[in-house]
Amino acid sequence: MSLGTYKGDYHGYWSGVWREFKKDKLAVVALCFILVLVGVAIFDDLLAGSNPIVLRWNGKIYFPAIFEYREFYAVDFKELAENLKEGDFAVFPPIRYSPTEYDLLSVLSPPSREHLFGTDDRGRDVLSRMIHGTKVSLSIGFVSVGIALLIGIFMGGIAGYYGGIVDFIISRIFEVMITFPVFFLILTILAFRDPSIYNIMIVIGATGWTGIARLVRGEFLKLREYSFVEAAIALGGGDLRVMIKHILPNALAPVLVAATFGVAGAILVESALSFLGFGVPPPNPSWGELLSQSQRYVDFAWWLVLFPGMAIFMTVTAFNLVGEGFRNAMDPKLKSR
Amino acid sequence: MRNILEIKDLRVSFFSNQGWVEVVSGVSISVPERSTVGIVGESGCGKTVTALSVMRLIPEPPGKIEGGEIVFNGMDLLKLSDRQMRAIRGNRISMIFQEPISSLNPVFTVGEQIGEAIRTHNRVSRKEERERVIELLRLVKIPEPEKRLNSYPHELSGGMCQRVMIAMALSCNPELLIADEPTTALDVTIQAGILELLNELKETMGMSILLITHDLGIVAEIADEVYVMYAGKMVEHALTVELFNNPRHPYTVGLMESIPGLHDTRKKLRAIPGMVPSPLNFPKGCRFQDRCSMVIDKCKVLEPPVVEFDNGHFSLCFRAEEVGQGN
Repeated sequence: MSLGTYKGDYHGYWSGVWREFKKDKLAVVALCFILVLVGVAIFDDLLAGSNPIVLRWNGKIYFPAIFEYREFYAVDFKELAENLKEGDFAVFPPIRYSPTEYDLLSVLSPPSREHLFGTDDRGRDVLSRMIHGTKVSLSIGFVSVGIALLIGIFMGGIAGYYGGIVDFIISRIFEVMITFPVFFLILTILAFRDPSIYNIMIVIGATGWTGIARLVRGEFLKLREYSFVEAAIALGGGDLRVMIKHILPNALAPVLVAATFGVAGAILVESALSFLGFGVPPPNPSWGELLSQSQRYVDFAWWLVLFPGMAIFMTVTAFNLVGEGFRNAMDPKLKSR
Repeated sequence: MRNILEIKDLRVSFFSNQGWVEVVSGVSISVPERSTVGIVGESGCGKTVTALSVMRLIPEPPGKIEGGEIVFNGMDLLKLSDRQMRAIRGNRISMIFQEPISSLNPVFTVGEQIGEAIRTHNRVSRKEERERVIELLRLVKIPEPEKRLNSYPHELSGGMCQRVMIAMALSCNPELLIADEPTTALDVTIQAGILELLNELKETMGMSILLITHDLGIVAEIADEVYVMYAGKMVEHALTVELFNNPRHPYTVGLMESIPGLHDTRKKLRAIPGMVPSPLNFPKGCRFQDRCSMVIDKCKVLEPPVVEFDNGHFSLCFRAEEVGQGN
């Protein structure tokens, strides 16, 4: 160890965590993978779709042409692109199939130059559906964990901060919640509600907050006794101010680790629901929905199993690796590595 | 001189597994305007509880303020609503604590925390806030305030952290500053600096200080008057000079004898024998009887009376007149 060679400014806790996190190469790769996925989810319409991204038609530029224009209502862009006038052009996404575009002439065709990942039982391009499914899977993952975080931080924070009878009641509530087999609870609820993307987000979020609540409760119980909390109260801070501005930022690190694992869990739950047919309603694309098709053709349509299965597996693994990486980076006992 | 704070007959109890225990039994303290008043006593004598009562920061449960009045500028703090009390805390009465490093929030910079203290009671723009933070850091004599305000607590020394705490406490120009053992966790050399700073700030800002300490040396240095506490009771009060020249309670004498003097020729310091009695079983009569060198039979039966001398000097002892008269 060398002392006194440290240069540059120290920027606090999170930069320290990031420095530790960077040492775990696998987690960094996983984080990059997730960032790529997020990119795919955001720009899905630019990556796969039947409409051109930029279109010059009759001397007029349409950008972004992925949205519906009144002039092109019910226009087949493939035909249009072939009959362009002099000086007009059309720039298409790299995958020129929309996720909902049927092609009954090429049903269940194996991967080829035309359809890189093959087609499903209605002749829809699997790659295009997977790209658009990324948006569904990731947004369900993030939004449902966001909901779980809101409920969990609220309940856990109140229980830990006030303690006593409040803590007793809230703790019992989440102990009861934990005893439910969550997956079947979700299935039951979705049997009564229509399975829209939003309902799935809400249901996964509303059943997944208990772990976060327990974590937050523990952190709040601990931090409540710290002198800086007493000092904050002595400065005239009200309960809400002390909880949100002084305690919560200190409790955030372990909560974010749990949230990362939570995203992986939520994506898995969504895939399982779609696989069972309780997931996002057709024609919305989703990884689990592609997998469920494969059940019927599993003896020959390997591309329907392999690609969506790999996508689910890699995404869930990536989130778990990142969560693991952050947990290790935040653990002071491992800092000496 | 007008009293900014008057504590009258304060009683505080805590609930333990053996029932209610009174840890502060009828304490009365007056803090005159623009002066420093010290409360001295051993650990567990109730001095911190007294200070926390003034801030209404006694955790309830298990604690409870059973009786008495705490009059601050004419209003009884014990009768205020929580909301009214919050408007006073940190604004008109501020407090600094023993452990400066753990009293600061580890995830925020010093500047953000002082800013937060300002924002709690005032509406200010970002720019005003920053200017005020720098002004406060300069006031507590932190070098290079523009740079230091981006530091995190762990990057600063204990003394610097205590200065930051003082800056936070002063952010709203309080009329009273309660300092609960402000220098206990600091090096001796740094202690002197902090005490000097407190003394200076008292003059420049015209506030009063209620100083809680177990160190008679600190009291001698900055307090104008002193209250000596023992086992939940006030046992002696006097102006600082008076107390040191003419102690009138055997406990005060004992405390003084346990400090080494500069020209001391004693081979051994004299310690007060025994332990502070537990609040669970305070003896009948005088609470200091078991450790007192001047104990008489009466002490074991009757509560000692308040014996008054000149200049508000009082002592809670049957033999107050004899104390210090060659013993």
